[in-house]
Amino acid sequence: MKVSKEELLHIANLANLNLKEEEVNSYLENLQDILNFANVLNNVDTSNIDETIGSTSNVNAFRKDEVKVFEDTEALLRNAPEKENNMFNVPKVI
Amino acid sequence: MELYDLTVHELIEKLEKKEISVLDITKSYISRIDNKEKDINAFVTITDKEALEKANELIDGKASSKCYGIPIGIKDNICTNGTKTTCSSKMLENFVSPYDATVVEKINNENMICLGKMNMDEFAMGASTEYSAFKKTKNPWDIERVPGGSSGGSAAAVAANMVPWALGSDTGGSIRQPASFCGVVGLKPTYGLVSRYGLVAFASSLDQIGPITKDVEDSALLLNVLTGHDEKDSTSVNVEKKNYLEHLKDGVEGLKIGVPKEFFGEGINEEISKSVKDAIDKYKELGATVEECSLDIADQALATYYIIACAEASSNLGRFDGIRYGYRTNNFTNLNELFRNSRSEAFGDEVKRRIILGTYVLSSGYYDAYYKKAQKVRTIIKNKFNELFSKYDVLITPTAPTVAYKIGEKCNNPLEMYLADLCTVSLNIAGLPGISIPCGVNSNNMPIGMQIIGKQFDEETLLKTAYAYEQKTKFRETYKPEL
Repeated sequence: MKVSKEELLHIANLANLNLKEEEVNSYLENLQDILNFANVLNNVDTSNIDETIGSTSNVNAFRKDEVKVFEDTEALLRNAPEKENNMFNVPKVI
Repeated sequence: MELYDLTVHELIEKLEKKEISVLDITKSYISRIDNKEKDINAFVTITDKEALEKANELIDGKASSKCYGIPIGIKDNICTNGTKTTCSSKMLENFVSPYDATVVEKINNENMICLGKMNMDEFAMGASTEYSAFKKTKNPWDIERVPGGSSGGSAAAVAANMVPWALGSDTGGSIRQPASFCGVVGLKPTYGLVSRYGLVAFASSLDQIGPITKDVEDSALLLNVLTGHDEKDSTSVNVEKKNYLEHLKDGVEGLKIGVPKEFFGEGINEEISKSVKDAIDKYKELGATVEECSLDIADQALATYYIIACAEASSNLGRFDGIRYGYRTNNFTNLNELFRNSRSEAFGDEVKRRIILGTYVLSSGYYDAYYKKAQKVRTIIKNKFNELFSKYDVLITPTAPTVAYKIGEKCNNPLEMYLADLCTVSLNIAGLPGISIPCGVNSNNMPIGMQIIGKQFDEETLLKTAYAYEQKTKFRETYKPEL
């Protein structure tokens, strides 16, 4: 499948990434190369084959519905680029 | 002979005989790091002061565990409370985890000593450690060459005797391929055997933590520490905890080895092919049955891998938004710009490339053609392995198609870099365990790795098979990097 510049920019937008003008061409070329390589999968017959989500036979992992309080708020906020009154600071959204 | 030359099981023997103290060991490794780190660049963070403090605390204590006082290096995508965990990315340059990964808790419970955090490709995406945002790690066998990746810092440090062993993580070969490039032993356990809690996620259905060690016995020893069911990782499998040293020395008499012929042909360097075939012949002498078989999946596996791994990465790396932790741009006027500019300024080129590929294959219109198709081919690959494992106990292939290449050689061609994972990715896709052990050197004196593949949760057979060859050939005693 041929990827257009517009498509690449749309994808970058979905991924919340800006691409510089000089990046657009090289990313376009790389993406195209990799997708061309991925075309080997078209030759594989997958009719009547189920998808594999995980690689082990684990079905579900339940644990007890217990509240465990993590009290070290300071540790959690330590890495915040900006914080105020024990809260993460973000620009105004409304 | 310096202490840093020894394997961990040799160190433990000396500790038990009271010939040395835990402080002697830590001091020996720190002096080695002081001498060699400037040439190798294996560490993102060196915790020598903390290590010495802990060794001093432990010196008078009673050895309460097998690995009491043994130092270790930890790949920088495994969370350590109080020490930075950067993933070799500008995004997490100053990130200090508020908790320990489960494997780190286990290491601390053993009273092991962390010497530092090891360099890697940014977010574990790469095969040469050249994609680290901070430094390029050199291969101790030839410092003009890459150590492999993404656990390149871990493998190079073990090969250069700067740590006695290290933790790596393996999503498509990131433990085994650098182990092969650096002439050391790298084990990727079965998916679910070792808890991923606290491992910064790249591709959650493929990632696994495992040991990089100087020899096979150390690999078994460290695996003993790492395994165990963990409630905090929902994909951790509740299997009985084994002692991997118990059957290590049982030998390979009667073992059935399958040799998939496709892994010795096109795309694989001839010297490597020959060296691994010679190694397989040794198994015949050791009493194993060797049979050629067919596993024609390499290209499909690689394509499947890059689609699934990038899809999962694009989702996993969505959390980096400049709000709760990680890099935040100064250049924004609203929330959306804050997200976009933080991500665009802090992620490296390869990480962005993979996020874009992953977003593409998951996006409306392409999901069925790429992602869903890959998930189906994943089933076929698993089935093919299952068929082979109904006949054979283990499979043997080369670990990588080439030996370590020159720094810069493959940086400009991402697809060519991806081919470095040709022999390793299929194990992650099928959740199988694999070990890479050195089986010789090529004409440039660069180590060659052999990959042994086992059944799910049959690390015992894997380690036993690796051990038998290692004891017969004594790679470590014959070949050494000139450092």
